[in-house]
Amino acid sequence: MSGQTRDKIGALIVDDEELARVVIRELLKSHPQIEILAECMNGFEAVKAVAEHKPQLIFLDVQMPKLSGFDVLELIGSDVPVIFVTAYDQYAMRAFDVHAVDYLLKPVGRERFDAALLRAKNRIGEEMPSAEQLAAAARPPHQFLERLVVKDGTRVTLIPVDKLDYAEAQDDYVALATGGQKHLKQQTIAGLEACLDPTRFVRIHRSYIVNLERVARIEPYAKDSRIAILAGGARLPVSRAGYARLKALLDERG
Amino acid sequence: MHPLLTRGRFGLYLLAWIPLAGILTYLLTAGGRLKWIESATLVLPLCIVYAFICLSAWYSVKSTSLEASSLSRLSLTHILAAAFISFLWVQLARLLAYFLSGATLFPNLSAHLSAQLPILFGAGFLFYLLAVSFHYVILSLETSREAEARAMEIGVLARDAKLKALKAQVNPHFLFNSLNSISALTSIDPARAREMCILLADFLRLTLGLGEKSSVPLVEELSLLERFLAIEKVRFGARLKMEEDIQEDCKKLLVPALLLQPLVENAVVHGIANLPDGGTVRLASHCQNGTLFILVENSFDPESTPAHRNGLGILNVRRRLEARYGSLASVHVISEEERFRVELTLPAEIEEAKT
Repeated sequence: MSGQTRDKIGALIVDDEELARVVIRELLKSHPQIEILAECMNGFEAVKAVAEHKPQLIFLDVQMPKLSGFDVLELIGSDVPVIFVTAYDQYAMRAFDVHAVDYLLKPVGRERFDAALLRAKNRIGEEMPSAEQLAAAARPPHQFLERLVVKDGTRVTLIPVDKLDYAEAQDDYVALATGGQKHLKQQTIAGLEACLDPTRFVRIHRSYIVNLERVARIEPYAKDSRIAILAGGARLPVSRAGYARLKALLDERG
Repeated sequence: MHPLLTRGRFGLYLLAWIPLAGILTYLLTAGGRLKWIESATLVLPLCIVYAFICLSAWYSVKSTSLEASSLSRLSLTHILAAAFISFLWVQLARLLAYFLSGATLFPNLSAHLSAQLPILFGAGFLFYLLAVSFHYVILSLETSREAEARAMEIGVLARDAKLKALKAQVNPHFLFNSLNSISALTSIDPARAREMCILLADFLRLTLGLGEKSSVPLVEELSLLERFLAIEKVRFGARLKMEEDIQEDCKKLLVPALLLQPLVENAVVHGIANLPDGGTVRLASHCQNGTLFILVENSFDPESTPAHRNGLGILNVRRRLEARYGSLASVHVISEEERFRVELTLPAEIEEAKT
């Protein structure tokens, strides 16, 4: 299934509207060097199709149910050039922040489409920024995350942030603990911390972020260190600086 | 600022005093006490001064408007003012006559005038009252012009608001997405592309037409919604399902124009569009005991962020109903499980028969 050796450029069309996919398919007819590997109706299918078909180019709608185009991009990482196709021009800036090749507005015209395709061909094989940079850039400015997207193989899980108990750093990943389950996400703990509302989530330790709502009590552990016990029973180390941050936030809440 | 103290107006005002001065000159010569020349010499400066004094009537006129004051208070104020001002004027006339008596031309002017003082007082009294009524005329002219200007301003504001509402209602993304659908259909199904163009044209025409009116029969609003949903159905395909349950006798009842359209649009954009497998938009209406109930219900994704569900649409509907019906109308928003419901109640109004 690997598309690495083919001489054609393998492309994916992702849009929840059948007719929108028809337009792209139609426009691609005059570009025989592009081969449509799959069409996807939503973000979940897109993530799966990327793993399966290894496309070299993706046409990606922004507004889709559950997983937006930006979520998809965050999950699939950065190797594939993406052309966003949407009726909404307010996402254009963000699209270029996440290094989209181009940004096409619906209805899409032939000339504009061909220009985007030309840009895409020049970009194929180029170095792209890391997934983490993409994730940060994809986040709407001045807004904290309401939910986290996690990919496990081809399965995608959405975790609303209020369901998140705590996050633990594990090398280049963070483990997201929610209701007794843990999900691994490729992101640093500092990167995650920056995306979360600081009045609800506290970095209590070099390796831990905790959901303030879940903290049941804090007990002394050793000299200069404490331990936070969560409602679910988990015990997390609290550093001295972490304790100061936690205390400041709890005092603020009264 | 006094309304007469402008160029042109003031000249006309002074002109109006010329016949008054003529009449007064004639009256003072009656009985042969004063000679023509004596009377005219006295009356001319007196009338010029009095013309200015009478301008002061504007301020008492403004403070006692015809609508706000009782008749007794009105007449008392102006009669007292007239008597007082006329009395001062008479004293002024006596002073003037006294000085003129020194001149060789008018040796006995002072003595001759004293017999005519009641005539002078009476004239001063009447002239002042004349000035008062004149000022009332000016006041009402000014007021009506102001009212006209205000009415025009309100009209402009209302039209502005309507335009803004229209712009908000015809969501540009809706248009762009529809045009994209049409552009897809042109190659795969030209007949449906044409059908869609017509639906879109009808929708826009109806929106503009309804926007002109303040209220429309429910059935007209429904025909707009049906077109809107038909267009969205082309986009969403099987993902969008519709149900309509409208009691027959509600259809002629009046609703504010374009009231439901933003709610149905919300139902599609924030409800159905967020569901990978789609859902149902349901419209229902019944009436009972003079109240019209309207329900707009849609499937939604409970996990989607709240900001995606509410939005300005419902706030606008609430404001419009409140401005129009006060406490007689209400909006209830209920989100339960996977259904999002907006329930409206408003007084059942029927269009009056056109004559």
